[in-house]
Amino acid sequence: MKAKGRVFKYQDNVDTDVIIPARYLNTFDPQELAAHCLEDLDPEFSKKVQAGDIIVAGKNFGCGSSREHAPLAIKAAGVSCVIAATFARIFYRNAINIGLPILECPEAVAGTEAGDELEVDFDRGIIVNLTKNQTFQAEPFPEFMKEIMAADGLINRVKAGR
Amino acid sequence: MGMTMSQKILAAHAGMAQVRPGQLIEADLDLVLGNDVTTPVAIHEFRKTGLTQVFDRRKIAIVPDHFTPNKDIKAAEQCRMVREFAREMEIEHYFEVGAMGIEHCLIPEQGLAVPGDLIIGADSHTCTYGALGAFSTGVGSTDMAAAMATGRLWFKVPSALKFVLKNKPGPWVSGKDIILQIIGRIGVDGARYKSMEFMGDGLAHLSMDDRFTIANMAVEAGAKNGIFPVDEKTIAYVKEHAAKPYQVYETDPDAVYDEEYTIDLSTIRPTVAFPHLPSNTRTIDEVGEIPIDQVVIGSCTNGRLSDLRTAAQILKGRKVKKGVRVLVFPGTQRIYLAALREGIIADLVEAGAVVSTPTCGPCLGGHMGILAKGERAVATTNRNFVGRMGHPESEVYLASPAVAAASAVTGLITDPAKL
Repeated sequence: MKAKGRVFKYQDNVDTDVIIPARYLNTFDPQELAAHCLEDLDPEFSKKVQAGDIIVAGKNFGCGSSREHAPLAIKAAGVSCVIAATFARIFYRNAINIGLPILECPEAVAGTEAGDELEVDFDRGIIVNLTKNQTFQAEPFPEFMKEIMAADGLINRVKAGR
Repeated sequence: MGMTMSQKILAAHAGMAQVRPGQLIEADLDLVLGNDVTTPVAIHEFRKTGLTQVFDRRKIAIVPDHFTPNKDIKAAEQCRMVREFAREMEIEHYFEVGAMGIEHCLIPEQGLAVPGDLIIGADSHTCTYGALGAFSTGVGSTDMAAAMATGRLWFKVPSALKFVLKNKPGPWVSGKDIILQIIGRIGVDGARYKSMEFMGDGLAHLSMDDRFTIANMAVEAGAKNGIFPVDEKTIAYVKEHAAKPYQVYETDPDAVYDEEYTIDLSTIRPTVAFPHLPSNTRTIDEVGEIPIDQVVIGSCTNGRLSDLRTAAQILKGRKVKKGVRVLVFPGTQRIYLAALREGIIADLVEAGAVVSTPTCGPCLGGHMGILAKGERAVATTNRNFVGRMGHPESEVYLASPAVAAASAVTGLITDPAKL
């Protein structure tokens, strides 16, 4: 599996309240959530984002609330992958459980600017910055999580009775 | 290698004699919790399994507390979806408005969390029950769905940070000040993926309400869970509230910790977290002159009886500063009633505060106290992120009930000792 897209870059501690403010949590319709994704941090995001684009951010991405609406909003906005220096733990679980690819790679974050074009190979954990012609190696997923993703999410794994 | 209390609870629920940090395990759950925001997504996922029953209707609790009493038509529809699911699955612990409270105040009060339990909740503040010596942690809706289906969930065994609390806190210093100081010291990701284990002789001076507040905000340091040893106060609380059996786990003397911090409670001052991170803390002496528009007293962090009692102690016989709005949210119906009978509610209302039914409403900017552009609130809640309580250009200052009540009187963030 591969992804290719332009980078939206954000700082450390992007919390789930700015990813999808609670005032929109009276629905879980993915398209409605996507329309307000990152609204309080970058009001232009939902207008500018195109299918395949990539979010790159600093440490502790997705901290705060456990709302699964946050990765759902990002996924429905068309984002193909989130790369961060580190992720908050509940967001990390949620992203894997709903099938939003995420990678931890502080080096790639440091070596990437907004608007750069990235290509990501999830199987090998390799991130190529096509704009800057640089390659980064991300932490590969543990086997257990690969299983969940191979089943296309946790619920399918439950359904399969494993 | 010795195990921490958290690791022992995980091992026992996975049917293993020993676990080590980083190990991935699957464990049996004692309670699965959800609210009106997270449960609809979980129901949607649960339906995909094709199951017609949950794993155990007595081990699931659903508490519609975020946008209730229903704030608008969409919220009402989400609550209806949750209500109908609870009825269909015969969920024993479903709490309708009237019985409902803020989930993390309600669950311990109802005796649904006891020492040694393994609890997950689709709400980040599920870590609150660590105050009772349980391992409890927040997860998302898909995890809740899988847990409702199977009664099991995967965990990565956390390593741990040790916090040794020493000595007695001074006047007007509460659990809130202690946890804000700790978060200020280690940062909002200082305990990321780890257990925060609290111990030391200082615990003797902390009430159960103080411990709930401290465990509640462990997630604000990025922790997987926060946990307290079980002592006489815990046992007394459990005996008063719970009928189900409990098990006491103790940290091994040779348990391994990533870091150890000593916190001298006698040196802690009332503490305020400035916008826009809970780690952005200053002592009350360093605050300066900060005028406020609104005061919020309540939430899963500070909506318990002793919190309301402290606020009333300060507001009794005084008046709220003209132009300041003071909103009080008791955590549960039982707390509300006790506050009513004790005269706390009368003291608060006479001072010029309004008292609401239990709801998470304003804490997350849902309803019942949204801030306009440029407005500023002192809140006893748990997060002060951009836009948390309303407009992205509003500001939230996190503080204890004592500081919040004192600020209500002066209209500035105020040291309760200086009133």
